[in-house]
Amino acid sequence: MQRFPCPFCGLRDEREFRFAGEAGKTRPDTTQEVSDKEWANYLFFCKNAKGPTCEIWVHTTCQEYFVMERDSATMEVLDTTPMRKDVA
Amino acid sequence: MSRHYSAFSVFREGLRGHKGWAPLWRSPAPQDAYDVIIIGGGGHGLATAYYLAKNHGVRKVAVIEKGWLGGGNTGRNTTVIRSNYFYPESTQLYDLSVRLYEKLSRDINYNVMFSQRGMMVLTHSEAEMEIASRTVNAMQINGVDAELLDVKDVQKKAPILNYRSDARYPIHGAIYQGRGGTGRHDAVAWGYARAADQHGVDIIQNCEVTGFIIEGGVCKGVETTLGKIRSDRIGVAVAGHSSVLAEMGGYSLPIHSYALQAFVTEAIKPVMDTVAFSPMTGSYFSQSDKGGLVIGGGLDRIPSYAQRGNTPMQETVLSGIIEMAPALAKVKLLRHWAGNVDVSPDSSPLIGPSGTEGIYINCGWGTGGFKAIPGGGYVFAHLLATGQHHDISRPFDPDRFRTGRLLDEAAGSGIAH
Repeated sequence: MQRFPCPFCGLRDEREFRFAGEAGKTRPDTTQEVSDKEWANYLFFCKNAKGPTCEIWVHTTCQEYFVMERDSATMEVLDTTPMRKDVA
Repeated sequence: MSRHYSAFSVFREGLRGHKGWAPLWRSPAPQDAYDVIIIGGGGHGLATAYYLAKNHGVRKVAVIEKGWLGGGNTGRNTTVIRSNYFYPESTQLYDLSVRLYEKLSRDINYNVMFSQRGMMVLTHSEAEMEIASRTVNAMQINGVDAELLDVKDVQKKAPILNYRSDARYPIHGAIYQGRGGTGRHDAVAWGYARAADQHGVDIIQNCEVTGFIIEGGVCKGVETTLGKIRSDRIGVAVAGHSSVLAEMGGYSLPIHSYALQAFVTEAIKPVMDTVAFSPMTGSYFSQSDKGGLVIGGGLDRIPSYAQRGNTPMQETVLSGIIEMAPALAKVKLLRHWAGNVDVSPDSSPLIGPSGTEGIYINCGWGTGGFKAIPGGGYVFAHLLATGQHHDISRPFDPDRFRTGRLLDEAAGSGIAH
């Protein structure tokens, strides 16, 4: 059993987490013309890197969304950063 | 030297102390150039090489493998062969594979031990029985054998399962494909390798591709740990690592890599002579000729390139088996392993041009690549030899993610890969 660090709750059982997608994708600007290729890239295509990766995960029990940097070959977690912004 | 296998050659070699068996394939040094290079010496790569040489008469073919033949997913699966899909396009592809498997041992003169012991997809409620009858109808309309079994039929075929009325998932019936079954996975890789070698294919093991030779945007060969090898046509069949090669080749794929686990128990007396899958528990099992129960289930939940699984999925799969057949609870596991599989958004494979000229891909088979080896190799060889799709592979071109014409078999057949 692996434990992942939730930025809000700390180390928790991996079953409480869900992979949401690769970090760094930007939704195409729909006020402009968007080509099929751009949509396909946004919806489906991904890097799926072997080694260090940067991904969005959600801790399903507290609904914290965060960026997790980890190694997809060794499964080591390198860093986590909350996506939530503090209310000013 | 015995090159052709027969009862006679076994008898003759028996008298000679088995000293005359030839190696199954040569181990040549790579040449400078080939007509076609296949990257990946698993089932799909070796089958592709065999059909390229046999069906298309391509003379100079090399298969490049970074490890040993069949050391990836070909040697890590649960050996189930079936074509119980929903969409006509999928049925065409997977049933081509089953038909080729039916004749394969004779075709390549190597016993792949394809045992058509049948495959059952169980149902656990009346609503599931209705969906099952829809699937059976679809399979029959697509020209594939399918039967809808009621609980009595299921009990006759697999008495080991749980038929108690207070079961958490009571069995109502099953979708049954009698032509489905199991094969010997190593034999498929070795048999295709031997047959391809006999047709002149160079099989080069322990040779890792480290990059592609790209000239003017066109792929002209590969860089490997054994030097540069040139070719105008490269076929990539490296399930689990497809995205790693894509990064090197300058194209992109809609694939995530996940670990998929499998288990074998200690050998026990025969209790199961078919394959049973429960979509509700996500687990399935069969029994090998040696007596071990061969157990599989769903993907791990974390994208991974580690060829090992994690404990939560072990618990899910094994508790599913015990739910299906509580009598097996005390059977001990003998071995347990994982492979890395390509998971595509619509649970269907990708066969076609990669996006970089000169490179073609065969990937995205998800958790079901083994059963598709002969068919996948057959249509991929057609693509590499002619530069054009076979009619059966055209719907699986990666351009479907742009056109939107997806083949969602996870929703269609209820088998999630």
